[in-house]
Amino acid sequence: MELSPLIITLETAGAATVVTFFAGIGLALLVVRMNRFKGLADAIITLPMVLPPTVVGFFLLLFLGKRSSVGRFLLQWDISLVFTWQAAVIAAVAVSLPLMYRTARGAFEQLDPNIIHAARTLGVSEWRIFWHVLVPNARSGILAGLVLSFTRALGEFGATIMFAGNIPGKTQTMSTAIYAAVQANDYDLAFDWALVIVVFSLVFVLLMNWWIARSNKGAAIWN
Amino acid sequence: MELIVSIRKQLRSFMLKADFTARDEVFALLGASGCGKSMTLKCIAGIETPDSGRIVLNGRVLYDSGQDINLSPQQRHVGYLFQNYALFPNMTIRENIRFVAGGTPADKEEKVQANLVRFGLTELADAYPRELSGGQQQRAAFARILAADSELLLLDEPFSALDGYLKWQLELELGKVLQAYHGAALLVSHDRGEVYRLSDRAAVISQGCMEPAQMTKELFRQPQTLAATLLTGCKNVSAARKLDDGHVQATEWDLMLATAVEVPKATHYVGVRAHFLELRTAPGENTYPLEVVQVIEDVFSYLVMVRKLGSTGRPIRWELSKADWKSSQQQQGQLYFHIPPEAIMLLQE
Repeated sequence: MELSPLIITLETAGAATVVTFFAGIGLALLVVRMNRFKGLADAIITLPMVLPPTVVGFFLLLFLGKRSSVGRFLLQWDISLVFTWQAAVIAAVAVSLPLMYRTARGAFEQLDPNIIHAARTLGVSEWRIFWHVLVPNARSGILAGLVLSFTRALGEFGATIMFAGNIPGKTQTMSTAIYAAVQANDYDLAFDWALVIVVFSLVFVLLMNWWIARSNKGAAIWN
Repeated sequence: MELIVSIRKQLRSFMLKADFTARDEVFALLGASGCGKSMTLKCIAGIETPDSGRIVLNGRVLYDSGQDINLSPQQRHVGYLFQNYALFPNMTIRENIRFVAGGTPADKEEKVQANLVRFGLTELADAYPRELSGGQQQRAAFARILAADSELLLLDEPFSALDGYLKWQLELELGKVLQAYHGAALLVSHDRGEVYRLSDRAAVISQGCMEPAQMTKELFRQPQTLAATLLTGCKNVSAARKLDDGHVQATEWDLMLATAVEVPKATHYVGVRAHFLELRTAPGENTYPLEVVQVIEDVFSYLVMVRKLGSTGRPIRWELSKADWKSSQQQQGQLYFHIPPEAIMLLQE
């Protein structure tokens, strides 16, 4: 069995999760603090989660493809995103970001606003409040978002195949490999990859649950 | 300490108008829930922003809409005791205090130690907030405020989340904290007893409108307005009309009453506290034949609802000791109730 789909999947999902993690927390904080247009901003960020992944992939092609203005701009340096490893990362970010954003936002909104007010009146800087009060007290939510978006990126198919294609050894991930195997009537290979994805996802979700249960021992607001 | 506040803020159903100056004293804002008193504290602390006005603490302008000054909560150095204490749940008590203490590491350690000792928290220093009782959490919250070197102490319904005995214990302990502030603090409460026991001066807020501050004892003895009368715990209020300089007609009670002082023109209500009524056996000034409408037994007293015999006026609540009530039951013949003229409060709108 050629192992490249596994490696490519882990690499793209890993890179996508790093981007998603910081962008999702940032967007969550931004939206939580918004007064006007909160609903609209939330809807736009959440949209990729509810749209068919093919639609997400199509819009990525439209806005970042060779014929788009961004694509033409990048071509000046001979950079083309479509059908590259980077494209797979972008596709995975687009579909996994809403998960990170929503779980992080939920966690921030569940915090008692008074602990943030208290920190401010006691002279603690916003930066220290973020790292030492917000993040630690929202960490179950942040961890959950991290694992959910990673497992989502791990299994991403629709947007990836539209935007990054299915080039073996280059952009073929486990989920696109399953598709290709079924197309080629190679059910054994498809089964192997399916099993790998199930095992990986299960392990990560179990890890998340264990991690959250453990981290809740010291400091939870709600129990 | 000197705090000058004059702010306006439009709230959902009314306009908050707060104007007062507090010096080295415990200054209380007394009001029903949702009257804007907590909002006033939040504006002082910088958690909320008024629409306009000015807040000055010890000569430092914290907020001035005219000069476009609006210091962040961090720059204000105002300690705020939240109703739920708002300790950081992810830190131990020691870490909670160290996190907000300023200065060099040595300074911080000293402040942590000093405040742990001051509030008897040494044994609990390494416990998390959720492992502490309400009273211990409040002590930890006080320790944290003192470690942060705040210039002013704001107490937002400090005892409302507690009950009975514990509440009393903490009220006694508050004295210790106030000493560190030379007895100066701003207290917000809906509990008239708390305000009476703890504050030097007080002002009533109702529907966002703050009435002029008075010495607390004076406010309770002779409230000037209907809102102040009700908030200071007077249960008997009737609409009233001035008859002449010495008399009012209490329209809802259907009584004509002589007063001890000249009746101001603006008198719209009269009030009398439930335990100032007296029992009489013969008619006289401010004395009317008594009809008992209802008798309710309370813990240490009887609450008797009475009105003038034969009248359809609103009953007056009369609170009398169990012994007095029992002895009145032995009396023969018609009984009368007497409202002493000096107990009558003449109220403006």
